[in-house]
Amino acid sequence: MKNLESKYCLGIESSADDFGIGLATFGGEILANKSDSYIPTEGGIHPREAARHHAEVADTVLQEALSKAGVKAKELTCIAFSQGPGLGPSLRTGATVARALASYLKIPLVGVNHSVAHIEIGKLQTGATDPVTLYASGGNTMVTAYESGRYRVFGETLDIALGNCLDVFGREAGLKTKKGLPIGAAIEQLAAKGEKLVPLPYVVKGMDLSLSGLVTAASAQLQNHSLEDVCFSLQEHAFSMVTEVTERALAHTEKKQVLLTGGVAANKRLQAMLAVISAEHDAQFSVVPLQYATDNGAMIAWTGTLAYRHGLTTPIDESIVKLRWRVDKVDVPWIQ
Amino acid sequence: MDTIDKTPKTRLIKKGAEASLFLSEWHNRRAIIKVRIPKSYRPAALDMQIRSYRTVHEPQLMHEAKTAGVATPLIYMVKVPESTIIMQYIEGPQMKTLLNSASKQHRRSLCTEIGRNVARLHKDGLIHGDLTTSNIIQAPDGTIYFVDFGLGEKNMELEAQGVDLHLLKRALQSTHFGFWEECFQAVMSGYSAVIGEVQAEKVYEKISEIERRGRYVEERKQ
Repeated sequence: MKNLESKYCLGIESSADDFGIGLATFGGEILANKSDSYIPTEGGIHPREAARHHAEVADTVLQEALSKAGVKAKELTCIAFSQGPGLGPSLRTGATVARALASYLKIPLVGVNHSVAHIEIGKLQTGATDPVTLYASGGNTMVTAYESGRYRVFGETLDIALGNCLDVFGREAGLKTKKGLPIGAAIEQLAAKGEKLVPLPYVVKGMDLSLSGLVTAASAQLQNHSLEDVCFSLQEHAFSMVTEVTERALAHTEKKQVLLTGGVAANKRLQAMLAVISAEHDAQFSVVPLQYATDNGAMIAWTGTLAYRHGLTTPIDESIVKLRWRVDKVDVPWIQ
Repeated sequence: MDTIDKTPKTRLIKKGAEASLFLSEWHNRRAIIKVRIPKSYRPAALDMQIRSYRTVHEPQLMHEAKTAGVATPLIYMVKVPESTIIMQYIEGPQMKTLLNSASKQHRRSLCTEIGRNVARLHKDGLIHGDLTTSNIIQAPDGTIYFVDFGLGEKNMELEAQGVDLHLLKRALQSTHFGFWEECFQAVMSGYSAVIGEVQAEKVYEKISEIERRGRYVEERKQ
């Protein structure tokens, strides 16, 4: 039996616009986390273009990750890949790379749920053990907590995701994605200069929320108010809604930790709101570090080690990608 | 006599996400004081607007629920500036606890009764807005009470009714995952018995549509 620190899992993430490869030891050390992002020339992610991008950069990112980790391909124990949820063409590109590597190296393949991976990397990096997690990104907005073998969904968006809400509004307002400055970050900077709260829809239904009406209303208000004020009001409304829903899950589950993960976790205003409710419920609040907040290969690699150690591998003929693989359909036997 | 009784008998029984519930007395009756506490994470103006709105609407909806034939606590007093509602204390277990300890048959009859009550609300254009098994209480005489109408609304649309039941389904899935399916089936059969099969079928279809609209649902068409 090899030492945990000298067993490695390589993880491939390709569910949306980021192509990432990470390398994790079975002991939980991240040795490499490399990625390359597809940036659309205009509008949102074009799935076929994103997939084309991923195929083009796969080889380079793989070499970078292995060389950063100082690990040779033949030393790997298993290959993990993001099997879903996500965009079909993007996911398939990553899955193809993963299958090729696993067959060539004759090592097991481990299909990982992308949402589970966001939660697991957050726990690994922050030391949270049993949190209520708000996972907010461009494609997902959900409040989950572990209960009897799975991460259960206690609240989620009824329509679009929080990151998507910000992106769509940003594009309506004429903002563009730049390298190193996602639209969400641009909105955050503008919002910091806003002062006036413009009334917008606030839609919380039970533990779920709806954001699509908010985008429409905020976009319409650009006619009447400054961009800064609308950005400020959009953030205040949207973040208040997700915070209220997270607080409801916290009160319901009576857990003592709150974890913020996913791309929108980078937003300081959202962090501040969640810190307030955590304190009110005597819960410890943690935020996943920035490099693990957005989609990344390291989270897939780390979750791959957890699954592999519990005997969960994915035969090639069952490695078809699952575009709508819900987090609450996945057994997580590594949690006691 | 409109001051809140803050005698030693008043004690906090639940600190929820949105409100704190105190068990107290109101003119020699046991009462619940529900206080919507200010939320410092959101802007004061938005916070005041949300709390006042819910404090005003909750008692109105509870009153209308009674007219529709659904038992709800009696309202003793409403104090909007303090976001406070004083209401009847309903003694009895929450449905959350009951379902977990009940026999399969008893669970079925409880859930059927819940479904009947939801249908009574919907028939009269009332949406509860937060149907969970924590918000349903069975009194010692067997009567099922619905509480916490803070997120409710008046709405006759199929969409709102679908979301209302979808939320109950989700609550059953996350809290009673061992037997949520039989529970939800029983809810829908009670619902259908009151609202009629044709309408129940429409709402059922709507629930599926809402679920498909959600992100990452396997049933969703590509």
